[in-house]
This record gives sequence, structure tokens and C-alpha cells, in this order.
Amino acid sequence: MPNKIRILIAKPGLDGHDRGAKYIARALRDAGFEVIYTGLRQTPEAIAAAAVQEDVQWVGLSCLSGAHNSLFPRVVQLLKEKNAPDIKVFGGGVIPADDIPGLKAAGIREIFTPGTSSQQVVDYINSN
Amino acid sequence: MKKPAKVVKRKTAKRPGRPPKKFVKPKAPRKAKETRQPKPKRTDLNKALATWESEKVAPLLAKYPERKKQFLSTSGDEVRRVYAPCHIEGLDYQKDLGCPGQYPYTRGVQPTMYRGKLWTMRQYAGFGDAAESNKRYKYLLAQGQTGLSIAFDLPTQIGYDSDDPMSAGEVGKVGVAIDSLADMEILFDGIPLDKVSTSMTINAPAGVLLAMYIAVAEKQGVKPEALNGTIQNDILKEYIARGTYIFPPKPSMRLITDIFEYCAKQVPKWNTISISGYHIREAGSSATQEVAFTLADGIAYVQAAIDSGMNVDEFASRLSFFFNAHNDLLEEVAKFRAARRIWARIMKERFKAQKASSQMLRFHTQTAGSTLTAQQPDNNIIRVAIQTLAAVLGGTQSLHTNSRDEALALPTEDSVRIALRTQQIVAYESGAADTVDPLAGSYYVEARTNEIEKKAWEYIAKIDKLGGMVKAIEKGYVQKEIQDSAYRYQKDVESQERIVVGVNKFTVKEEAPKNLLKVSQAVQDAQVKRLSEMKSKRDHEAVQKSLEAIRRTAQGKDNLMPLILDAVRQYATLGEICGVLREVFGEYQESVVL
Repeated sequence: MPNKIRILIAKPGLDGHDRGAKYIARALRDAGFEVIYTGLRQTPEAIAAAAVQEDVQWVGLSCLSGAHNSLFPRVVQLLKEKNAPDIKVFGGGVIPADDIPGLKAAGIREIFTPGTSSQQVVDYINSN
Repeated sequence: MKKPAKVVKRKTAKRPGRPPKKFVKPKAPRKAKETRQPKPKRTDLNKALATWESEKVAPLLAKYPERKKQFLSTSGDEVRRVYAPCHIEGLDYQKDLGCPGQYPYTRGVQPTMYRGKLWTMRQYAGFGDAAESNKRYKYLLAQGQTGLSIAFDLPTQIGYDSDDPMSAGEVGKVGVAIDSLADMEILFDGIPLDKVSTSMTINAPAGVLLAMYIAVAEKQGVKPEALNGTIQNDILKEYIARGTYIFPPKPSMRLITDIFEYCAKQVPKWNTISISGYHIREAGSSATQEVAFTLADGIAYVQAAIDSGMNVDEFASRLSFFFNAHNDLLEEVAKFRAARRIWARIMKERFKAQKASSQMLRFHTQTAGSTLTAQQPDNNIIRVAIQTLAAVLGGTQSLHTNSRDEALALPTEDSVRIALRTQQIVAYESGAADTVDPLAGSYYVEARTNEIEKKAWEYIAKIDKLGGMVKAIEKGYVQKEIQDSAYRYQKDVESQERIVVGVNKFTVKEEAPKNLLKVSQAVQDAQVKRLSEMKSKRDHEAVQKSLEAIRRTAQGKDNLMPLILDAVRQYATLGEICGVLREVFGEYQESVVL
């Protein structure tokens, strides 16, 4: 199938909660996307490198440890440095509402918090 | 740096198939066992049930169908309309239940259970730096909590100091940051270690944190033999579900058996491991899988200790367990009862343990974090109350109740107090603590206990066939089983097959919650500064010598614990000690399965 949207789902930092990341990876795959999942404990550098190497359109970051403010913007910045500013980044996890404006200002396109259905994520990707 | 693993792509979406059901089939009334002992009563009962089905239920269903075609437990097992003696046929009180405090301990590990002493109310806490956490512990003790439970931040759990580049953004976030004995001294300042029991959620570097605890006790004038507490020390479930592993399985198992051996001699009252199903369940397993995989982990630890030359009765009584308490109240009670019975049978029959205490499954419980919703967070108080009841009716030895705001952030002091009060209300007002194992004999609970046991044995047999738990993990078998359950569950939530109140039904428009507890970046900065000051003051040469001693011993076979304790006393840091061990042992690479 040509032109399938490719998505990298990644777990930045030390957080081990991967239930959500794995669920969303599988749900996106079942919705027809090409999905690559990194596994745990990835540095922002490794994630940005993988995104470029795998030629993805989207990177989905999952973090439930509270380190999102340091890790998510760093991935966006590294993608820019790698001349891949067109790779779009979204995030998910336990992320307080207060933090969302800051993350968006740093270039994260969307943040999905607990209770979001996979269909919402699919719809979002398809319409952006 | 790991190379990202590529997802295995499957062509078709796998629709969650329903798990096999009905292992306890009601006997058809006509086939009642005349050949066995004549039991006219049972035959009559089966007949009566059949008549009831055809004459009462069927006509009613024709007019008013039930809410669902099929009722499934949270774990996906079929739940019958009604349970009767035919569903627990063959249950033998003496053999399968026993009185409380008697083999196979289905009814509980102590004869009087909570009539003698209530469970330990132990709230898992820790955040920011040691001083801040120390304040929270003192608050909890003042509120009537009866044991401490230490949450460490991720760098500590993965053996990195706060100044390590890998620690960026994570210091003090999900627990307290501990770099060296100096932090540990602050953490327990003013808390007499001979008076409290302390549980530490620490796995890969468990030996280091235990050594620090022993060293703090020494400074307080408390001997190791007086120390009470638990280290989680369960690496297998880290590979399966929780993720804070460091070393590969083989050296990790050696570190664990070193701790078993050291504590048997030096810290005899310490629970050397807390074999944990909690995180397996949080990762999305069913109740049966939680029991099966946890006990299969237990089998692996016992076997490793025996293989290292220990006698099973030397260490088995110090093994403890840790389970999840989910919403499905009666399924959970059955789960706890089944777990006790299976473990007793494993220890007696498989490992030939002689001592009664070696056969007893003692466990801590935490209510299910994954059931908490970010929507209408006050509803979580009710969920936690049900889960508390499940743990108590299931005979737990200690309990952590989650706070209502934990789907959003770390809990505030107010939320933690409500969570603790929930336990106190169940303890003092509900009556549930006043008689032992009150649900025994319930047709449903006994039938579910049997069913969970049967399916758990099947899993254990399968894991044995794969070559044991370490092999099963390396093959990704266990992870895949859990993921399939998790996926099925979440799909059911999205399709509204399962209702989560406030999430996919009964929703309201809500404002974003305020007053969430946050740990600021300043914590990391201050912690890094303290660490560098501490390093400048210690005896550099002594530290290096102690680290080299660890390296040599790690390369050989001797017990590492005395060396780790020496290094800790010299204020060698957690990151330094784990760094040396990383060099010798290498690091585990996750086998990514999706």
C-alpha cells in the first residue's frame, strides 16, 4: 500500500509505564498506519534519530513519570536540528492541564490525556 | 543507546476472542453420580436447578432479556447467572480450604486474622528530596499509619545518580531521590528504625538501598537483627511489566540470592523479596494471569536460591508477595484465596518445604492505580473503597490505598488522608475485619477460586514447558499474554462493552483540576549540588577501594552484600556502585513485543 502514514511511538526517559504506548501503537496499526515502537528508556537523541531514519511523519511520545516538560520539547528541538522539522510530534500520558500550553508552545502538536480513545487519536492524525 | 525495535506488523486486526469459559460445568442432572456415593440430595438439587432454568428463567428471558448476552468478569471470565453446590462439586473443606492458619491457607495465614491484629496500613510515598519525603512520612505516622513505604524516583530505581545525564527531568518526580547514605540519613531522620517497619520499592539496586538502610540503623544504634521491613527485589516482573531493570537476568538472580543468603544470617526479620503481581495487573493482565505469572516468578526465585545451595526452609518464610486489588470485588477475593492455596501447594509439593511458614503466602496489596480516572476524580474514592474491601476480604497483610488524584499527579496531603481514612473505615466500621474469610463457602467465590487456580496451574505448566520464567520472558511470551489482555480490555472500554463511569458513560464537562502536587526542576538542581558537596567531603581513596572490591567480587562468586555495605558506609553513591556492576554484568535489553 503506497503512502501509508508512518508513526513512531516512543517512550522517552526512564518511565516504565508502557501499557498506554503499546495500546496506542497497536490501535494505530490496526487502524491502518505503519507503526514503529521503540521500547522503553529512549533518550530524546535516540528518538529523533529513529524518527529520521525510519522516515516517519509523526512521533508519538508517552510519559507518565512527570518528566514530559524536559523530554518532549527536547525531541522537537532535535528534529529541527536534524533538518526534519516537518516530522510532527504529539504526546500522551499523565500530563497536568497546566503544562499543556507550554508543551504546545514548544512545538508539540497535541497532548492526549487519560481517557482519550484511540479513535480520537486516529481521527486527529488523519485530519492533520 | 538502543536501536529502536521494529514492530511486527500483522495483516488483520486481531479481534479479541473471548477466552475459553466454563471449566466447572454443571453436571447434567440425569448423569448424577449414582456410581459414587448415592447423594439423593445433590440429584434433587440439580433437578431443581434445571426445572428453575426451564420454568422460571426461560419464560422470563423471553419477555425480559438480560442486560447482556454474556456476563464477563473484569478478567474476561464468564460469570453465571447463579452459582449452586453443583459448581463446587468435589470441594473438600479440609483439603482445599483448611481452617485459617492451616494448610493450604486458603482461608488466611493466621488463625485469628484481623481479630488479632489489623493489617498494616502502609501508604506508598516519597517525592522530591529526602527532607520533603521525611516530612510526609512523619505526617502519615501522625495520622495513624502503621508502616512506611518508600517510593524512589526513577534514577534511583535504575541506579543513576541525580547528576547523571540519564536522570534529566526525572529527579524527585515519582519518588524520592537517593544518591548516597547522606540522603538516606535525612530520609529517616527522627524515625526510629527499630520501631517502624519499612517497605522499599526498589528492585535492580535493592541490595544497595538495603545496605544504606542497615547503615542508617547502625548510626541510630539499631542492630540489623532488629530491622523489620521489605525490599521489593523482584527483577522478573521488571522485565515483564514495570521496566526498572538494569542488569540481565543471570547476574540479577545472583544479586537476589545473595540478598536471601545475607539476610537469612544478618537481617533475619527482613522480607527479602516482594514477589509482585501488582505491576503485571497494572500492565493489563487478567486476575488469573496476575496470580499465575507472580507465582511462576516465585518458583524461579525459589529454584535459583536452591540452586545456589540454600535449603528451602532457610529462606522461604521471608518471601512475601504483592498483589493488586481491582474493582471486581468477588473475583478479587477469589484471586487472593487461590493465590494462597496454589503457593502452599507449590512449596509443599514441588519444593518439599517442611516449615509451615515456608508454605504461607503473605502479601501486601495496593489498590489498582489503572482503575483511577482523571475524569471526576472524586469517584476514585469509591473505587478505592471497593478495592479496599476486596483486599481485606481476601486476607491481605498490609495495604496501600491510592488517592483520588493519582490519575492526574502525585497525591496531595488531603487526598492521602482520605485514602488512609478509607482503610480505617473498613477496619473499624464495616465489620469486614471481625470474622475470618467471611466469603468462604459462597458458591460463587469458591467456584471462582477453583477456576482461577485451575487456569493458573495451566499457565505454570506452560511456563515450565518453555524452560521456566526467565526463558518465557526472553521469548516475550508473558509480555504478549498480558498485552493481549490489556488490548482486549481497552477495546471493550472504547466500544462501551465495558462501562467506566465518568469516562465512557455518565460524563460531565469539567474544569481542569487545580492544586496538583508538582515537583519542580529546583529539586534536581539542589540535589545535584548536595551530591557534589558530599563527594568533595568523603574519603576518596576509601571509596575507590570499596568500589574495586565490589568489582572483584562481582567477577567472582562470593556474596556481594558485605562489600556493598562497606562501600555505602564510605558514602560511595548508588550510581557509582551500580556503575561498577553495569561494567561487570552488562545491561538488559528489552525484548519488545507488540
